[in-house]
Amino acid sequence: MSKILLAVILMAIVTYIPRALPITVMTRKIESPFIKSFLFYIPYAVLGAMTFPAILFSTSSTLFSVVGLVAGLFMAYREQGLFKVAMGTVLIVYICELLFHGI
Amino acid sequence: MRNETGEALHNLSSLPLSKKAVDLSEFIRGVRLGVPIALGYIPVAFTFGLMAVQGGIPIWIAILISLTNLTSAGQFAGVGLIIANTSLFEIAVTTFVINIRYMLMSLSLSQKIVPMPLINRAIMAFGITDETFAVASMEKQEITFPYMLGLISCPYFGWALGTALGAATTSFLPAALQSAMGIALYAMFLALFVPPAMKSKAVLAVVVVAVTLSSAFHWVPYVNNITSGWSIIIATIVASALGAFLFPRKEDKL
Repeated sequence: MSKILLAVILMAIVTYIPRALPITVMTRKIESPFIKSFLFYIPYAVLGAMTFPAILFSTSSTLFSVVGLVAGLFMAYREQGLFKVAMGTVLIVYICELLFHGI
Repeated sequence: MRNETGEALHNLSSLPLSKKAVDLSEFIRGVRLGVPIALGYIPVAFTFGLMAVQGGIPIWIAILISLTNLTSAGQFAGVGLIIANTSLFEIAVTTFVINIRYMLMSLSLSQKIVPMPLINRAIMAFGITDETFAVASMEKQEITFPYMLGLISCPYFGWALGTALGAATTSFLPAALQSAMGIALYAMFLALFVPPAMKSKAVLAVVVVAVTLSSAFHWVPYVNNITSGWSIIIATIVASALGAFLFPRKEDKL
């Protein structure tokens, strides 16, 4: 077997283990109020940490990203829903790309 | 509309006869929520396919990686190491470290799913990504197996499709559109956490701490050489623990 194929299999295994382990092993409900609160806050913390500062580098220019960020924040604040916020932000950045490319 | 369906589902779930109907509508509900995730995945996967093939990886291997790994940062790092011809051990360790964050998500979901057989848990675990987790964890009700299958399906095929397109071509999408689509995932994240953060001071505090930490890991000298995987893990654990300590939740629901 080629080394590349072996690497791909290894990558698949070490990616699957952390996903599968907790959800297959933890079949009972956690009682500790601290851990329950901790788990409750995890999604928000993950989302915040994944979005910033990465969003600033997600397009061809930081300036366009900031424009997109402001637009996205505004639409999210107005509770426009996942799809609308995502597509609206893409559209605004796309317009920036077309109008001001090279800035 | 979604709330009505949810209530109807709750009423129906006590009737064994309607189980199939409930499963189907749960599946469809999941599929719908998976569509924006899939759209966000395509440009990222496209970039992955492009990068892999330009680095000398065969097209079919690039697609195979996306079909078996289904993760962004881990795949980019793994392929980068394959191209750099590093050892298998280094590739495995690096990919694993980047993916440790999935343990937190898997643990969180383990507390939110309806009782189900081990095999179902093992199958749904494969589809846990940052984005599917984010959507599933924001559900008001407990998570069922059909819902999760539906949620995973579009992103899975979107990820593979994007990879195939990127691997097979070098200039399929105009550069301006590719650049614009790069922000789609993050805009979706904003739509997920901004509304709850506006309603709860505790959630807002957790988000602010997490954002501050991950920004510090990017810009502050000396600490900014850690990988993005570790940055997310540390920011998440510290912010969530602080939230649990300062604002313990009194309600029983997750």
